Amino acid sequence: MSELEFRVAIRDALAEELERDESVLFFGEDVAAEQGGVFAVTPGLQERFGANRVFDTPISELALAGAAFGAAATGTRPVIEIMFGDFMALPMDSLVNQAAKLWFVSNEQGSAPLVIRSAVGAGGRFGAMHSQNPGTWLQGIPGLKVVAPSSPADAKGLLKSAIRDDNPVIFLEHKRLYSIKGPEPDSETVPLEEAAVVREGGDLTIVSISKGVRDALQAADTLAGDGLEIEVIDLRALRPLDLATVLTSVAKTNRVLAVEEGPRVGGWATGLLGSIAEQGLHDLDDAWIVATEETPIPYSPSLEDEFLPNAETIVESVRARLRTGVETGA
Amino acid sequence: MSARPAQETERAPEPAGLEREHDPGAFLDAYARMVLIREFEQAIHRLFLKGEVHGTTHLSAGQEAVPVGVCMALDADDYVSGTYRGHGHALAKGTAPEALAAEMLGRASGVCGGRAGSMNVVDLEHGLVGCFGIVGGSIAAATGAALSARRQGRVSVAFFGDGATNQAYFHECLNFARVLELPVVYVCENNFYGEFTPMENVTAGGEIAARAGAYKIPFTVVDGNDLWAVRDAATEAVERARSEGGPTLLECQTYRHYGHSKSDPAKYRPDDELERWLARDPLTIARERLLADGIGEDEVTAVETEGREEMERATQAALAAPYPDPRERPGSEFSG
Repeated sequence: MSELEFRVAIRDALAEELERDESVLFFGEDVAAEQGGVFAVTPGLQERFGANRVFDTPISELALAGAAFGAAATGTRPVIEIMFGDFMALPMDSLVNQAAKLWFVSNEQGSAPLVIRSAVGAGGRFGAMHSQNPGTWLQGIPGLKVVAPSSPADAKGLLKSAIRDDNPVIFLEHKRLYSIKGPEPDSETVPLEEAAVVREGGDLTIVSISKGVRDALQAADTLAGDGLEIEVIDLRALRPLDLATVLTSVAKTNRVLAVEEGPRVGGWATGLLGSIAEQGLHDLDDAWIVATEETPIPYSPSLEDEFLPNAETIVESVRARLRTGVETGA
Repeated sequence: MSARPAQETERAPEPAGLEREHDPGAFLDAYARMVLIREFEQAIHRLFLKGEVHGTTHLSAGQEAVPVGVCMALDADDYVSGTYRGHGHALAKGTAPEALAAEMLGRASGVCGGRAGSMNVVDLEHGLVGCFGIVGGSIAAATGAALSARRQGRVSVAFFGDGATNQAYFHECLNFARVLELPVVYVCENNFYGEFTPMENVTAGGEIAARAGAYKIPFTVVDGNDLWAVRDAATEAVERARSEGGPTLLECQTYRHYGHSKSDPAKYRPDDELERWLARDPLTIARERLLADGIGEDEVTAVETEGREEMERATQAALAAPYPDPRERPGSEFSG
């Protein structure tokens, strides 16, 4: 069975949607350049689809997002790239006050079908301004969908769904995933609204998204050696949030760990545990979070490695929590 | 320089060789639209004082010639974006006064069902991509609409104020539009005040139009109270956009008769400033020009009466309309 590389999955999804729908445009900083962006995701697309549909832009994130909004409101389906997720602070006004609001405020006259791709996440020694996960910043904005795939197959299927979606979608690609390989998708698209149970188990639910899902799966393999059956849920999207899938799992396992690559205060994981408590308290024996320290992301390898959650820290946290906390039955 | 009526400033030279067609009938129709906007703003002012318009509102009385003159140069399917001072933008592009008035009153029959209010009107059917409460937002919306317009054989226009020219939106989008040669016309309504602050105090260089020169974007300073001057400048800019000549910036100098918003009595204005601008009221200028061009006094008066009556009907209909029922139609976060 052929293996699909994550960055190629993104490229294929873009190419297939550009091919399928004339109204799709793709533009951003360096995306049409020969290398195809700093992570070499999109080479060859301009040659194939022409400079009218795939083109480079100035380093103007606010204009980029604003242009995507105006185009999307008038019959075009733009896909843009904000090179690093950290740069998402610049186009925020257009995302928050334009794209996210058109559908509702216009009384549903029309919507803004745009996609913003962005490379996110730490672990690459990129330092404090090229490593953040803006998903949490954007999760609290009604009208925006916030998606982050964890596998090549999902990257392709979710991006195709995002481009076909009639709403603005923020599509966050973790830098540490670009070079991973995995099975080809078994369906054309993957729904943006459905979390996936990517491993079944009865002792503990681990919920994460993006690279955190891979870490959780790896941790689950290790913990299986301890006799623990871990269920792993890939949220796929922070908004809309598929709480039902999480609650169903927690009803079975009675314990939940949320793993977030970001600070605990104000993070999506904290919000998720709040929602679980609100709606599923009777099912809950334990709930906790593995997150980062409440500081910016450091540069030095020794500091960054200590800062980030990974499979090992998840294993340690589960062992410590279940040994000192609730009986596992294991 | 303080805010002076444009007659006291140096006028931009007329482009050589451009034939002007001034059909008096078309200008009479445009004058009717200006009258409607003035009536609309006065009605909203009254309704605000009665508590029927909620929150705040930003009136454009005194600035009517700009959106009306620009929209004379547009086709019905061209795009515009406006600002929180956007009632005139919407009415000039074709939004029905009754639907707009009902929106101001928060009624179910409003153009946005009462969800938008005074500052955020959208009317996609008439090509109004949106009105934005963030001052430079319209600049980006029109820049993006120009990406669609280029593929659809249309053009796109952004209306914005002098204050917006100090935001990133202005500089990023002008550069973006020139680099990509987008069919967009940037129309700055320079009313000489950003909220309560004189434009000259916060605008380095003191000139707005000239900023476009740095981007090699053609620019013109226009007497924004002269419907004919606005229409002519807009026609040239729109023709340039339609013939793949890229963007243009028009700085239309004008003046708002009211304060910035309903919380602003505009006491910061020098004593005789408003009087000098009232003497150059765009409606008075247009009326005199129409008469000089051979339109009969009775025709002009009829248009004025119609405008008043139309606005009165629109107001009464809006007042009679129900408020939206949140239980009946709660609204959805997402399309589809």
